[in-house]
Amino acid sequence: MIRFDNVAKRYPTGREGLSGVNLHLEAGEMAFLTGHSGAGKSTLLKLIGLLERATRGQVWVNERNLNKLRQRDVPYHRREVGMIFQDHRLLHDRTVFDNVAMPLVVAGMGHAEITRRVRAALDKVSLLNKEKSLPVSLSGGEQQRVGIARALVSKPPVLLADEPTGNLDPELSREIMELFLQFNQVGVTTLIATHDVDLVRSLGKRVINLREGLVESDTGAIN
Amino acid sequence: MARREAKTPKFQRNRNPLTWLMRHAQNAVAALGRLTRNPLSTSMTAAVIGIAIALPSGLHLLIDNVRTLSGSWEGASSISLFLDQKLSDQQAEQIRHTISLRKDVAEATLITKQGAMEEFRRLSGFGEALDLLDRNPLPAVVLVVPGAAYSSAEATGLLARQLESYREIEIAQVDLQWVRRLDAITRTLERGVGVLAALLAAAVLLIIGNTIRLEIQNRHAEIEIVKLVGGTDAFIRRPFLYEGFWYGLIGAGIAIVLVLTALYLMQGPVERLAGLYESRFDLTLLTSGTFAGILFGSPLLGLAGAWLAVGRHLKKIVPE
Repeated sequence: MIRFDNVAKRYPTGREGLSGVNLHLEAGEMAFLTGHSGAGKSTLLKLIGLLERATRGQVWVNERNLNKLRQRDVPYHRREVGMIFQDHRLLHDRTVFDNVAMPLVVAGMGHAEITRRVRAALDKVSLLNKEKSLPVSLSGGEQQRVGIARALVSKPPVLLADEPTGNLDPELSREIMELFLQFNQVGVTTLIATHDVDLVRSLGKRVINLREGLVESDTGAIN
Repeated sequence: MARREAKTPKFQRNRNPLTWLMRHAQNAVAALGRLTRNPLSTSMTAAVIGIAIALPSGLHLLIDNVRTLSGSWEGASSISLFLDQKLSDQQAEQIRHTISLRKDVAEATLITKQGAMEEFRRLSGFGEALDLLDRNPLPAVVLVVPGAAYSSAEATGLLARQLESYREIEIAQVDLQWVRRLDAITRTLERGVGVLAALLAAAVLLIIGNTIRLEIQNRHAEIEIVKLVGGTDAFIRRPFLYEGFWYGLIGAGIAIVLVLTALYLMQGPVERLAGLYESRFDLTLLTSGTFAGILFGSPLLGLAGAWLAVGRHLKKIVPE
């Protein structure tokens, strides 16, 4: 589902985000990406979501070589990759419902179908009763769950999360991770960057540790 | 890790024309809704556009009117043939008849010496002074209206020269010089209005471009997220293009109202002026051409301005 062949990313500033990463995630696999800040976790995720393009090597997602993907196909690629961020990236002048509906609106889905799917997604993150609220009225954990609902509402095959529990206390972090485990069980290929090593170990999933733009250790697929 | 060079799966694109149409309709309505939520700033921007469009349109219309006027004068130009003093009324009538038979002459009217005298007496106010003269100093005149095919300035001039070669005709006078000058002046003005229109069109383009640029800045966060969740450039562009379109259309409405008001205000004085020249002259209200020009041109300008702004500024918004 996701494959990196000797991928390097050098930013225009000269900083090297990745310096030759080889990685392979099977469809339906779940893995955590760990490492110090600056080790390249975010860069790796950005390459998958095509927020950045590799300067060397090849990135494959969902059978497609991203290097060869034309710019005008990038939006369609992103519809297949749900992305979750530490800072949630919600629109604060829109209701929870409207925030979650965005990927579907963008894809041109009909009104009835949107309503049905958004409700289902909000139900899965236990926020159905908050659909008319504005994000500011929600707690940090709830906002992150809105972000997760938005990433999953269009049922993408790939889910990426960059420090999704960065601002949350351990208990809430655990709750969020449980959510990811649930979604992974229905077949979503999931890659989560986090520095919360203790939490990751307790979940017993594959852990890929990055260090200075290279894969330092990889537990390999664990099932 | 065997490399699979499998066929790259195609992305699904929504190509249902009905959905596409629906989305456009929704976008159009939503854009109008956004504009009406800020009535003050919207009406101010639209008013600026309206004025910028009304100015050249109004001037164009005015010049158009003057041109039709001078055109009708030129078309109805006549040649005055001053006959030899020695000719009798009967001889003069013969000459008139000969001339009227020419194929390039539509009409020839005789004003006898006596008739000329009476007209002069009536119009000049020298009635009593004229009584002192012992004989009529005025010549008989034949007024010649050229045929429709010979009414151009050139053909009329040629006709006048030919008629002048008649022995009985002293002078053939075509008084077209001032009509031609007026024509030349209106042509110059017209060019000036064209330049003005181009400049103001550029101004409208910039105004709308700048308005849309601000709008893009205001909605920066939204655009970024739409890009993150897979919104195409067309999807992001569309609401802004519709906003530009609406600005242009509202501006066009304002421009038409302004031009009509100005014409209405001028109607009275123009009628009085025309009355002084013993002619009837109505200001043509908006001709359908000008009307259509404003109604289509302005939204088109709005669209173009928005397109320029969107093209320049949307690329700069890159999600991180």
